[in-house]
Amino acid sequence: MVPFKTLKALAAPINQDNIDTDQILPARFLMMPRDQKYRTYLFRDLREDNNGLQTPDFFLNQKKFSKAQIIVAGRNFGCGSSREGAVFTLVDSGFRSVIAPSFGDIFYNNSFNNGLLPIVLPESLVKELQQFLINEAAPEITIDLESEQIFCEATSWVKFDIDPHRRERLLKGLDMIDYTQQFGEAINRYERDCLVDKKWL
Amino acid sequence: MTKPKTLLDKIWKRHEITINPAGQSLLFIDRHFCHELSFHAFNMLEKRKMKVRHPSRTIAVADHYTPTTGEDAGDFKSLDRFKLYNTLKNNALEHNLNFLGLGDQRRGIIHVIGPEQGFSLPGTTIVCGDSHTATHGALGALAFGIGASDVSHVLATQTLWQPKPKKMRVIVKGFRPAYVSAKDIALSIIRHIGAAGGTGHVIEYAGPVISSLSIEERLTVCNMSIEAGARAGMIAPDETTYKWIEGRPHAPKNDNWEEAVSAWTLLKTDEGATFDKEYEIDGQLITPMVTWGTSPEDALPITGLVPDPLEETNAEKRANLKRKLDYMGLKPGTSLTDITVDRVFIGSCTNSRIEDLREAAAVAKGRSACVHSIVVPGSGLIKKQAEIEGLDKIFIEAGFDWRPAAGCSMCVGVNGDLVSPKERCVSTSNRNFRGRQGPDARTHLTGPAMAAAAAVTGKLTDVRSLQRN
Repeated sequence: MVPFKTLKALAAPINQDNIDTDQILPARFLMMPRDQKYRTYLFRDLREDNNGLQTPDFFLNQKKFSKAQIIVAGRNFGCGSSREGAVFTLVDSGFRSVIAPSFGDIFYNNSFNNGLLPIVLPESLVKELQQFLINEAAPEITIDLESEQIFCEATSWVKFDIDPHRRERLLKGLDMIDYTQQFGEAINRYERDCLVDKKWL
Repeated sequence: MTKPKTLLDKIWKRHEITINPAGQSLLFIDRHFCHELSFHAFNMLEKRKMKVRHPSRTIAVADHYTPTTGEDAGDFKSLDRFKLYNTLKNNALEHNLNFLGLGDQRRGIIHVIGPEQGFSLPGTTIVCGDSHTATHGALGALAFGIGASDVSHVLATQTLWQPKPKKMRVIVKGFRPAYVSAKDIALSIIRHIGAAGGTGHVIEYAGPVISSLSIEERLTVCNMSIEAGARAGMIAPDETTYKWIEGRPHAPKNDNWEEAVSAWTLLKTDEGATFDKEYEIDGQLITPMVTWGTSPEDALPITGLVPDPLEETNAEKRANLKRKLDYMGLKPGTSLTDITVDRVFIGSCTNSRIEDLREAAAVAKGRSACVHSIVVPGSGLIKKQAEIEGLDKIFIEAGFDWRPAAGCSMCVGVNGDLVSPKERCVSTSNRNFRGRQGPDARTHLTGPAMAAAAAVTGKLTDVRSLQRN
């Protein structure tokens, strides 16, 4: 996994709440293997209408945001289905971070397994950021994971909170199975001592 | 005296292997279910040349991509879907996992067959690469959905790192009026707390209305926890639970049964235990519900009207509301019962159990469906039971399309059972997201009786108006 330390990149707003993972990756693409085509599934049904024509007001179709690496979204981003493909298609499309007032729990968790940084900020601040992204010609946001801060011209430095374990995983690009194997002794002990009274399982 | 604990605290503590310096717990996972879309996780395992640590704790079940017209290879009508099935089968064989395949009447939707077979038991930790895993919490388990990387982690280590979730209790007090289903209770709760209301929380459902629910109804309520944003939903096991589990194929037997039940009786929230959030809902006030929009929180009593964006003072909310109504093809102020529908789907991990089919059949009996309406049982055994009770005949005589093979079907549409663009579908599933049942499909969520009522009238219908004397 690519470590995440700092990022200064173009950001794009989606000012809708409850963008579910069915929107991020429509179900018909779930069976696809993860290959170079995976990024083309991103927001497919929001990006194109029924006839395959681009929907001009969707952010990814606006020239200004076509190179964005950060999304600033509404409440409950990534709610719904557990499909990790939603994170795959964001990452494969070049996105490294999503900022929102809240996230679907499973999406939030999946992000850390793929080097995508989800940042929770108060709704008022998210709205301020979105306005900045709309107003500016080439709006950039800087994220410093080490110090847990983001910066943009509109807000200057803003602190965010993140679970220290998850932060470390991203900073180091830590693989979870490797990490857990360091606890092999504890797992063995649990299996030996704690499963005996649950023999019906 | 020890500090009073919640049901969640007790299950958590029992499965905590260790805590890391950042405060995350490494939990032992008792049961793991996988399905066709677990192929990403098996690929990850394959890349590392790793084996499954505890094959007997994983149950592989084909449900997402399986056809509902029959269980033969030819029923797939898609080579790609059949390949996905075979990939699951091969992975299960290679790793020596429990496998329920085509032709096995125990096969069905994971969240239906897990409890049905007794794989899912009180006090256990259960995960699956599917967000509706919360369903199994109805038996007093901690059950939640995970992504592909975590699935590979469970296969490799039988554990997961988890931050301790926040605790929420939803008490449904009073009593439940006639014609109010478990689905109506779930939709009322989601409407009340919102689609993100449960974010970061595990919900414990309690109170007299919850205790009075059958296990099948409890499974419906817990199933919808994720639609309130919650990590999981759970209900403390009680006599109803034990009775329902006893004798199931994988339930404890003989001495083990006695021992298990005495352990399970301790699985309740202690008097005085505290929650981060508590809600109280008045059971008497719950009515048959239907969704009008594109989030499960967009639910209203069937007697309501389509909301009017003009009444919304916040500009952004107004624009969002308008976007939803445009997508749904609805005019503000329309009576919900004036909305005509194009098709009906009765099935899914939310509402495909025998009691759901009975409820729907009771409405369908002697009437006639005026729109295409499919009924998909949740498992092969439910199909068999429905046939023993003659429910299949009731549906067929009423012009419903009774499907002989179980699966997720039109809830997610990946097996080919799709709603066409702009078609309006009344569905007993769990999500009315844009495009969920097919590109541009319009979904209205209801319980099974309300869905059958819509099938026989061709409109969203208050099931109480079809009351027979």
